[in-house]
Amino acid sequence: MTRRVPSYAAPALGFATLVAVFALLEVLIRAGAINRFVVPLPSQVIAAIPRIVAEEDIPHRFWQTTQEALWASVMLVVAGVGIGMLMFRFRLLRSACETWVAALASAPVVLMYPLFLVIFGRSATTIVMIGFAAGLPPVILKTVEGLAGTRNVLLDVGRSFRLDDWQLFRKILLPAALPSIFVGLRVGLIFALINIVGVEFLINFGGLGQLINELAERYDLPGTYGAIGFVILVSVLFFVACERAERWLLPA
Amino acid sequence: MLAVSDIVKRFGDGDDSLLAVDRVSFDITEGEFVSIIGPSGCGKSTLFNIIGGLVADYDGRVAVDGQAVSGTHPAFGMVFQDESAFPWRSVIDNVAFPLELAGLSRRERHEQARRFVSMVGLDGFERRFPAELSGGMRQRVAIARTLASQPRILLMDEPFAALDEQTRLLLGDKVLQIHQQLRQTTLLITHNITEAVQLSDRVLVMTYRPGRLKRAFDIDLPRPRTSEVVGSDAFGHYVAQIWSDLREEASRGIRDDESRQRNREERR
Repeated sequence: MTRRVPSYAAPALGFATLVAVFALLEVLIRAGAINRFVVPLPSQVIAAIPRIVAEEDIPHRFWQTTQEALWASVMLVVAGVGIGMLMFRFRLLRSACETWVAALASAPVVLMYPLFLVIFGRSATTIVMIGFAAGLPPVILKTVEGLAGTRNVLLDVGRSFRLDDWQLFRKILLPAALPSIFVGLRVGLIFALINIVGVEFLINFGGLGQLINELAERYDLPGTYGAIGFVILVSVLFFVACERAERWLLPA
Repeated sequence: MLAVSDIVKRFGDGDDSLLAVDRVSFDITEGEFVSIIGPSGCGKSTLFNIIGGLVADYDGRVAVDGQAVSGTHPAFGMVFQDESAFPWRSVIDNVAFPLELAGLSRRERHEQARRFVSMVGLDGFERRFPAELSGGMRQRVAIARTLASQPRILLMDEPFAALDEQTRLLLGDKVLQIHQQLRQTTLLITHNITEAVQLSDRVLVMTYRPGRLKRAFDIDLPRPRTSEVVGSDAFGHYVAQIWSDLREEASRGIRDDESRQRNREERR
């Protein structure tokens, strides 16, 4: 016999696990098993959050990083999905470029930041462009994969209803490929956000990444970890938005 | 109504070419239910795709009401062997798909689609998605979607091939009811003798490679029929007759497969 699990059970368990991990860390650090000069006490990190919010202008920095990630996401959707569609449509383009795109996926794009600085200057555009370049390959590759993986019988159904090429794309290929496209977008967004915060850190410009850099240099470890918490919050925000968009477009 | 004349289809060129369909001709009259039966690899599905307009490069002529047709044609509605319900659409939106293409409003198309959902016995499942249905139900969604386009000729390529025998018999009942209700002209491609006899007015037997029409059987069983007809002597008689013709072809197919397998192993 199976019992119905209440809807709040999963988030409650998730939260309890987080609390348990923090409690365990607290005990281990206080017991001296983990060096408190490397990992600060979770209680200190939590206590530092109101301080950095007030003193370090967290809302503005949070919004700056979110905005950069948002721009990179929009570009990933437009360009990444668009290039993926073109590569699916033109076989020669796909044969010529797919390996290069896959190679780019494993390239440490963040190390090319001096080149981006030369092109775009020490500005938010550099940060957005590096995030975009880092997130692009998975979006392209998963878009191509999703479109190419559409079952032939679904296309035959479309042809039997005499759909033209555009209708075939809009009514069958695209919805069939959406689950795969969303996998690409999720991975791409993660890559983009990591790189955005990384470049903010490296070029000491902009939102949360810059703050992490400054706090680390001041050796304010609780503040540094608190700021990292806000980066995770940005990531969660985008993940939830992505999930909502997928559920809206693909109700099944 | 449907006239298929001298269809020839060859795959490839030169020595490696394969003659899949060889001079196949037959007619179907309005309201008639005809099945084409043959062993695996006899070119049944190729013939289905040619008639439905999904294969272009062939010799011969397909005509509806005396007019030659090429490519897909609104007179035909096709139901495929593989599961083809769109996984991202609910049952009602799957069935309403051709009505959406016709430009009907959401309310109108849902209203019309409901009639076909009910016809295939899926009342109450309108809001479900294919992933929530059984294989038999998903095939019924595909049938209802094709019927919603109100084709003059329904083409079905082994739509129940992946289903178990009991489900297949019961779905056969459903198809018989629909045929009774709509007097739908239907061409069914199948390799199942019971199914062909249960549903058809006429069964055409195809030979194994190249696919030619070997014989036609008129099935003189009273309508309306149900799956109970499979217990009758006359039914058994038809099945035995068709099997005696088909057996030779199926055996040839198996021998051919075995010799190809042997050749492949020798080459290794």
